Amino acid sequence: MSEELQALSAADAAAAIAKGDLGRGELFEHYRARAASDELNAFTWVAESMPDSVDGPLGGVPIAVKDLFCTEGIPSQAGSKILAGYCPPYTATAVANLEAAGAPILGKTNQDEFAMGSSNENSAYGPVQNPWDRSRVPGGSSGGSAAAVAAGLAPWALGTDTGGSIRQPAALCGIVGLKPTYGAVSRYGMIAFASSLDSAGPLTRNVTDAALFYRHLVGRDSADATSVSFPEPIALPTSERLDGITLAVPAALVDGDGIEAGVRDSFEAALESARGLGATVVSCEIPSAPYALSAYYVIAPAEASSNLARFDGVRYGLRVDATNLDAMYTETRHDGFGDEVKRRILIGTYALSSGYYDAYYGRAQRVRTVVASELSAIFQTADFIVTPTSPTVAFGLGERTADPLAMYLSDLFTIPMSLAGTPAISIPSGLSDGLPVGLQICGPAFSENRILGAAHALERAIGFDGSSAWSAL
Amino acid sequence: MAGHELEPVIGLEIHVQLRTATKMFCGCALGFGEPPNTRTCPVCLGLPGALPVANAEAIHYGLMIGMALDSELAPVSTFHRKNYFYPDLPKGYQISQFDLPLCSGGKLGKVNIHRVHLEEDAAKLNHAGASGRIEGADSSIVDFNRGGTPLAEIVTEPELRSAEQVGEWLRLLRTTLRTLGVSDVNMEEGSLRCDANISLRPTGSDQLGTKTELKNMNSFRFIERGIRAEVERQRALIEEGESVTQETLHFDPKTESITSLRSKEEAHDYRYFPEPDLPPVVITEAMLARAAAELPELPAAREQRYIDELSLSPESARLFAWRAELADYFDAVRASEASLEPQQAANWVTELQGRLGDQEAVDSNVTAASLAKLASMVASATINQGGAKQVLDQLVEHGGEPEAIVAAEGLEAVGGADELAPIVAEALDANPELTERLRGGDMKPIGVIVGEVMKQTRGRADGKEVTALVRQQLGLS
Amino acid sequence: MIDRDELLHVARLARLALRDDELDSTAAELSTILDHIATFDELDLGGVEPTAHVGDVDDSLRTDEVRASLPRDVALAPAPAVRDDGFLVPSPQGE
Ligand SMILES: [Mg+2]
Ligand SMILES: [Zn+2]
Repeated sequence: MSEELQALSAADAAAAIAKGDLGRGELFEHYRARAASDELNAFTWVAESMPDSVDGPLGGVPIAVKDLFCTEGIPSQAGSKILAGYCPPYTATAVANLEAAGAPILGKTNQDEFAMGSSNENSAYGPVQNPWDRSRVPGGSSGGSAAAVAAGLAPWALGTDTGGSIRQPAALCGIVGLKPTYGAVSRYGMIAFASSLDSAGPLTRNVTDAALFYRHLVGRDSADATSVSFPEPIALPTSERLDGITLAVPAALVDGDGIEAGVRDSFEAALESARGLGATVVSCEIPSAPYALSAYYVIAPAEASSNLARFDGVRYGLRVDATNLDAMYTETRHDGFGDEVKRRILIGTYALSSGYYDAYYGRAQRVRTVVASELSAIFQTADFIVTPTSPTVAFGLGERTADPLAMYLSDLFTIPMSLAGTPAISIPSGLSDGLPVGLQICGPAFSENRILGAAHALERAIGFDGSSAWSAL
Repeated sequence: MAGHELEPVIGLEIHVQLRTATKMFCGCALGFGEPPNTRTCPVCLGLPGALPVANAEAIHYGLMIGMALDSELAPVSTFHRKNYFYPDLPKGYQISQFDLPLCSGGKLGKVNIHRVHLEEDAAKLNHAGASGRIEGADSSIVDFNRGGTPLAEIVTEPELRSAEQVGEWLRLLRTTLRTLGVSDVNMEEGSLRCDANISLRPTGSDQLGTKTELKNMNSFRFIERGIRAEVERQRALIEEGESVTQETLHFDPKTESITSLRSKEEAHDYRYFPEPDLPPVVITEAMLARAAAELPELPAAREQRYIDELSLSPESARLFAWRAELADYFDAVRASEASLEPQQAANWVTELQGRLGDQEAVDSNVTAASLAKLASMVASATINQGGAKQVLDQLVEHGGEPEAIVAAEGLEAVGGADELAPIVAEALDANPELTERLRGGDMKPIGVIVGEVMKQTRGRADGKEVTALVRQQLGLS
Repeated sequence: MIDRDELLHVARLARLALRDDELDSTAAELSTILDHIATFDELDLGGVEPTAHVGDVDDSLRTDEVRASLPRDVALAPAPAVRDDGFLVPSPQGE
């Protein structure tokens, strides 16, 4: 029974529960036990029991929630020592929406501190291991969420994506990750990294699960002034063909130096599958893409430097005692934040400071305008832009920690869409030397239904099987 | 610079707490002296993950202020973050406005307005003394009830020239804001707070000298005294050939002393940037229409109406219009006795206010109806000016009805030939020498005779009538 | 490029203590990153407007309706130090 349970996708499990073939408690307990014996360090907290009322269309299929989300009475530490043991008095809207749809919280998942990182090594609660190869990183910052789903410790998980933090770990762990249109999912209660870029989305085993999860995630929230109502219901994808669909490949970007041969091969194979389904593949240019990375590494740290000012030892979290206020501030923040967070706070503070604003922040915002208009121009003639999600497969733990810049380059393909606020999905395109490779499909704002449809068709054609990672418990 | 006449150049920054039901960016009710930290939520405590949402009513009030000050209203207005650390600032930044304030320019009275923007108030920091936990260290306690209260910050151009002018103009501003109904504008409770930027320059120069900022003065008297003291301090420095240092200052009204607020000279770098959590606010036609529709008659318009429609003297018109409570009281007096000549009513209201000092007429013992009655008794000569002033003294002291006081004190006017003629005749008989001089055409002694009659009537006679009777009895025309 | 003095100034603005032995390595790291960022100087951005927010929001304002505040004990519960129903901090005027 346990293996049968494990083999059920979240959507299948929800259907089985609805039919009465499967008990909610049974499913919850199955995953609870697996999460509780997690050896990947994917979880930072696991529920003791299922909550009493779990009615709703998600039928009781439990969710793993990135620790960046506030959950009332449950530790919400954002991967940071400065929030060690912090239990908020309220629950994030995204989580509350899922709970209201009948998805109880299974546990909270590990992450890079305040979502700053691409390897999950910047966590005060230790690195997460990749279930495909435990000497490698799961990607980040939603590394715990991705590893938990890939290893079958959770049916699905909630993550966040600021510059690629859902898509890149999904790619490195061989699962599906959807970064929504900016504003489609409420950010209320999601601990802010970079407010103008942050978005919450699903990490799931397959595209159908992503659509089902996403359906209950979207919605205008009056507590988030930047949230918008999604213009149409989220459909469960049924497409099996890509006839009449044009896929645009940013050639200069994809043929660049940093991309691994195995990744390129897998990408080419995926394009071949797409052609086989009837798609037309064309080449396109995003000339600003290399500069998008620069813009991102100004805008995100600048917003973060301000967003993280609230961690000052006054109202919650860590305080280092001192006899004067300034020493209390500076020592609390010195001890409470990890190196990468401090690095970004310093860069962001510098970029906003008097005399540098125009050269950095002002310029980055203009690059952002250019990136968005270049993407929008491509979508005039192409349905989707496709790229590999990450230039490399999962790299070794510790391999890139000494070189922050090399780490930043992992986000080369995901950052333009973050700057433009447009949606993108990563689905597995195959394996390279036994490690998963991700394919990124990007569309214009609010094209999630079409993206999910195309991803569904490709997913079927590619036929990726991730079940071998489940044994890594 | 010695040898030149120096003139003060003063600009004001006024923070006005808006009278909305809830805070600027969250649904907490505004705090009014509740127990500490009972009006907070994740947003105004700056909890991780919480987000601000701007209060539509605060924007509405901001638009009304802009209209009242004749400002240009932004079609799109944005919020910025002003970043700095302080325990009363829970997020490490204040949400304020920077390059696209809600209102730009404008004018009130003779003073030009630079801008009006919206922002959130800081929390309250109370001194706690030595903490006990850390040996010997001083502590503060933060109460977040006030944190997040909506503020309109009104910035004037540096056009004021004296402490007195500042005091007078602030009263006009306060009246305007109170009339708008957007704020309690109570300085003692901190709902109106004023900072003044002060510098001196040679009279007639268009250069600006080094300015100092006098912070957070919370009464009209302190503001005037503080500015006067700072102007004198700067004048003394300049006249001794020293220079003024740009700094933030505090005026202690008890000792009249001025001290620097920041001993450590720290470069301020607020790192303003657009608040990513708040989309730009688009000011719609509907928002403008609603603000315009709710705009009441403002002091300047009321002043003009008093002159045009009631023929009040310009002095009376301004005195009342710039003090809305007094104007309302004046209107009530007129309403109570429709036959009263407006200027007469105005004179009696002014007479009353002169006796009340800082107290508002409406809060005094003298009801508008009783003042109106008193004025109309004078108008109908039931009582003369002198008697009426005695009645007014009593009303101010104890309240009551003017008629009853007149009756009790026997203050009815003595008038008409029947009553007055014998008294006049008596006074002439008693002063034969003076009477002779009067008959001879020397009118100087007439005052003594009139004074005698007034004495006899205990001031209840009308001086003019007495004079007329004297002349009549002496056959002088 | 960022030198020691600039780094100290920025760290001061950000209220981050930096140990002496962290200064040079941090300045070097930040300089590498800032130099890479500066490659965007190659782009001609003449006439390009800055983007601060993506997406259009119809109505982002809130009606002025009171919502329940947190009970005080809940608000104070996560505070590192509390006294007299408030958040206790070292005095800003302290030594
Ligand atoms: Mg201000
Ligand atoms: Zn609040």
